Amino acid sequence: MLSQILYALPFLAQGFAVTLWVSLLVVVLSLIVGVLLGVGLVYGPAPLRWVVRIFSDTIRGIPILVLMFFVYYGLPATGLHLPSFWAAVLALTLFKTAQVVEYVRGAVASIPKGQSEAAMAIGLTFSQRLTSVIFPQAFRRFLPPWINGVTDAVKGSALVSLLGITDLMQAINQVIGRTYEAMPLYILGALIYFAVNYALSLASRRLERRFAFIRE
Amino acid sequence: MGYALNFNLIWRHFDKLWGGLLLSLELAVISIAVGIVIGLVLAVWYVSAGRVVRATIAAYVEFIRNVPLILLVYLVFYGLPTVVDLAYSAPTSFVLTLSVYSGAYLVEVFRSGLEAVPRGQLDAGKAIGLTPWQRLLHVRLPTMLRITLPALSNTFISLFKDTSIASVISVPELTYGAQWINFNTFRIVEVYLVTTAMYLVTGYALLFALRLVERRFRAAR
Repeated sequence: MLSQILYALPFLAQGFAVTLWVSLLVVVLSLIVGVLLGVGLVYGPAPLRWVVRIFSDTIRGIPILVLMFFVYYGLPATGLHLPSFWAAVLALTLFKTAQVVEYVRGAVASIPKGQSEAAMAIGLTFSQRLTSVIFPQAFRRFLPPWINGVTDAVKGSALVSLLGITDLMQAINQVIGRTYEAMPLYILGALIYFAVNYALSLASRRLERRFAFIRE
Repeated sequence: MGYALNFNLIWRHFDKLWGGLLLSLELAVISIAVGIVIGLVLAVWYVSAGRVVRATIAAYVEFIRNVPLILLVYLVFYGLPTVVDLAYSAPTSFVLTLSVYSGAYLVEVFRSGLEAVPRGQLDAGKAIGLTPWQRLLHVRLPTMLRITLPALSNTFISLFKDTSIASVISVPELTYGAQWINFNTFRIVEVYLVTTAMYLVTGYALLFALRLVERRFRAAR
């Protein structure tokens, strides 16, 4: 049993690299789009706010698996043919973007109104108020939940195995298909996911404590 | 773009989706019921236990929260029967997994709820001569449940969405029904539009109903 697992380790490592790659892409892309949409949701004109609100509430209201199948099987019908890897990344990014939007909204909303009133009183323009007063404070509120939310991206990435992408989850299933060592391999896989995500959630908790000095 | 929407085949097989939705709800309800029991017992135990018990409960919570649900589903359905002499159907296996999964999230919810019960209430309970058991049953738990109600409804709605993972072990819930129609009729866009709408309407209807319940039982501040 042990020798079989050792033999499979390089293959599992390849899968793990795919898991990390998918997670990284999703996290970076959703951060960029999510922050833009989140700022739009708080400060944008009404039609933009509605669009972002509907986007976020719809995406967060459906299972991530359904969203992934919808994107993967549905996109070709619109004439857009993405390789399964990018369809999976797109679906996970949509999902994560909606989360980031809510983190941004929550972080900005948590900054007391007095802060922007004071900034207005000393004559800062709108963009100065945002970049020098609101964002530096909101950033500290945003960071801990966001890092914790990265674990959702890593966990969510396991679903790409269902589209035939050989990530860690799929690699484990394939090794089990050959060796029939189901339990040891699932436990090994669980420990790998656990190690990554637990480190992230510890970092999140540590930051949260560090930024706890900001009060409402 | 040579794709024209045609919902006829979806309506013809709508029983797959409707039956699937009911099964999804059933899986979620059973799982949260078992999860609440697990969460309550472990949370009450946690706040009064020594270090070893606390560490064990914390390990359970952290493990479940940091591993993908789909892996847990595989582990229980394909892995567990190879080491223990148990035979169970896919739905049973999934309910088992989702219960243990929700239990881990609910321990955290209940634990912080217990800590949020105002100290004065417990002192008042002590002052009128309630035993520790009575204080738990009549003071701590009722107040804690009121405090945690919003978190409970959120957990329930996210469990309802998580039931879609059951499709990977062929439990015929809503996502499985959608895939069945997808593969058998190729009305891809239509079936996922209808499925999305069903998840959204059900999810938001649950949210609305649970918010009403919360308002009725809101903790006095």
